[in-house]
Amino acid sequence: MSSIFTLSIVQSALELGLIYSLVALALFISFSILNIADLSTDGCFTLGCAVGAMVTLAGHPVLALFAAMFAGVCSGYITAFLQTKLGIESILAGIIVNTGLYTINIAVMAGSSTVNLFNFDTLFSLAKDKIGGSFSKIIVALVIVILIAIFLAWFLGTRLGLSIRATGNNPDMVKASSINPGFMITVGLCVANALTGLSGALLAQYQKSCDINLGTGMVTIALASLIIGESLIGKGSVLRRIFGVVLGSCLYRFIVAIALRLNVPAEALKLVSAIIVAVAIALPYIKKQVAFEKQKSAAMKKRREGK
Amino acid sequence: MLQLKNISKTFNAGTVNEKKALRNLNLDLKDGDFATIVGSNGAGKSTMFNAITGAFYVDCGEIILDDEDITYKKEHIRSRDIGHLFQDPLRGTAPGMTIEENMALAYLRAKTARHDYFSRIRKEDKEKFREQLALLNMGLEDRMKQPVGLLSGGQRQALTLLMATMVTPKILLLDEHTAALDPATAEKVLELTKSIIKERNITALMVTHNMHQAIELGNRILMMDQGHIILDIEGEEKAKLTVEELLEKFKENAGKALDNDRILTAE
Repeated sequence: MSSIFTLSIVQSALELGLIYSLVALALFISFSILNIADLSTDGCFTLGCAVGAMVTLAGHPVLALFAAMFAGVCSGYITAFLQTKLGIESILAGIIVNTGLYTINIAVMAGSSTVNLFNFDTLFSLAKDKIGGSFSKIIVALVIVILIAIFLAWFLGTRLGLSIRATGNNPDMVKASSINPGFMITVGLCVANALTGLSGALLAQYQKSCDINLGTGMVTIALASLIIGESLIGKGSVLRRIFGVVLGSCLYRFIVAIALRLNVPAEALKLVSAIIVAVAIALPYIKKQVAFEKQKSAAMKKRREGK
Repeated sequence: MLQLKNISKTFNAGTVNEKKALRNLNLDLKDGDFATIVGSNGAGKSTMFNAITGAFYVDCGEIILDDEDITYKKEHIRSRDIGHLFQDPLRGTAPGMTIEENMALAYLRAKTARHDYFSRIRKEDKEKFREQLALLNMGLEDRMKQPVGLLSGGQRQALTLLMATMVTPKILLLDEHTAALDPATAEKVLELTKSIIKERNITALMVTHNMHQAIELGNRILMMDQGHIILDIEGEEKAKLTVEELLEKFKENAGKALDNDRILTAE
């Protein structure tokens, strides 16, 4: 095992796991809580990355995070606007925004498809100067994730948060209880996409670059993390579920790290995550089918023996 | 308290499926009135409720609640003042949220100002929830951290009733809210309904297909047929009413016998 897990591999898996956990948390809001498959996640992640990179390039690595979150809010607002005000199916709304964002993202990166941040101050390089040591990156990511987790746990317990949860859980109830479902979907998607944008900006600073294709498949990867987390932790209090999502994201990165270590080509990883998601979502259904088949064959056997 | 003035609603107008659900319906409900509603299938009982809550806008007429014209108000704005319980006990609560969270939502939406989005419940509130749950005698006070999806239909309906009346609504609409429950639970939920309405003097409308219930409960009885109210009896006269007389009166006014395939005339 020691040959598979070197310290640096564990470390980078944790760092990436924490950074990407913010997208998984975004899907926790849109997919698990609001029951909406937000397919604009890929484009929004790249948007956060691009905005974050450009503001970092301008010399404001901290402001970059807020700018990326704001960009995410705007993207989420448009997705929500399309579905709540214009009656566009939620999946379609996400796809439409995702497509549009490609052009926006190129425009943000000043017409180029990549941006490099080498030799520019990033949050991680600043932390390294301040804290020093090889753990500074983890500390930065961890602090941000903890802050977000605390905020989310608090937020989901407020009237607004409870209303958002009820909107995804029982639309009938919501209509009869003075909650405006359209508004709740809008707020939920804005918060979710702010997290996606933040994640993108952090990744841009982490790997000191941004690429137009960075977000491709992000929704599947985040979903894989989310499902791994939920199946490990199960249902429970909101804070517990949030912790599960972060854990799931880190675990996913470990799986990827091991796969890379075992010489699985990097381009195969998207297929692997697609399979993880498909299997994880299908698992409960398959279990039920298997249980039924068992019951059926047992009953048939009994009948035959009876004759 | 609640006035329906000449309201009409036609669904699918101009098509073969045209259905005149409400026709020039008039109702003047006084403060503290508790009226039961009986009527044949498709008489417009639930449609009337939905018109009041704003699930759709009426084609014409006015709806006045507590001297305020709510005819064109949005559903989620009206529902601040209206409690609405459905026959389906699963409609009123969020199964994935805990009992406490469901109650917190009901409490906060009614107790805090509309734009106070970030209000949260306090420890005292939780204690209050526990006391209210204890009154149900269903052991729910010890299960506050459990998701509502684990409760039975009756428990969920009782919880819904508690949530709908957590802050006294201006009017409570009960749409056969005990019809889908087993007899013992139905009895319990009904008792609870009676005591809450009486204690807080809530103005209420209750649809039922149980004739005895219709006669026994409340101070007023409304009969509906073909989208309007054909009979409205209250006070003394209502108190003396028998099931036979009620059915006879329906026949007189509707020109046909009461045909509701779920009607219960026996005790």
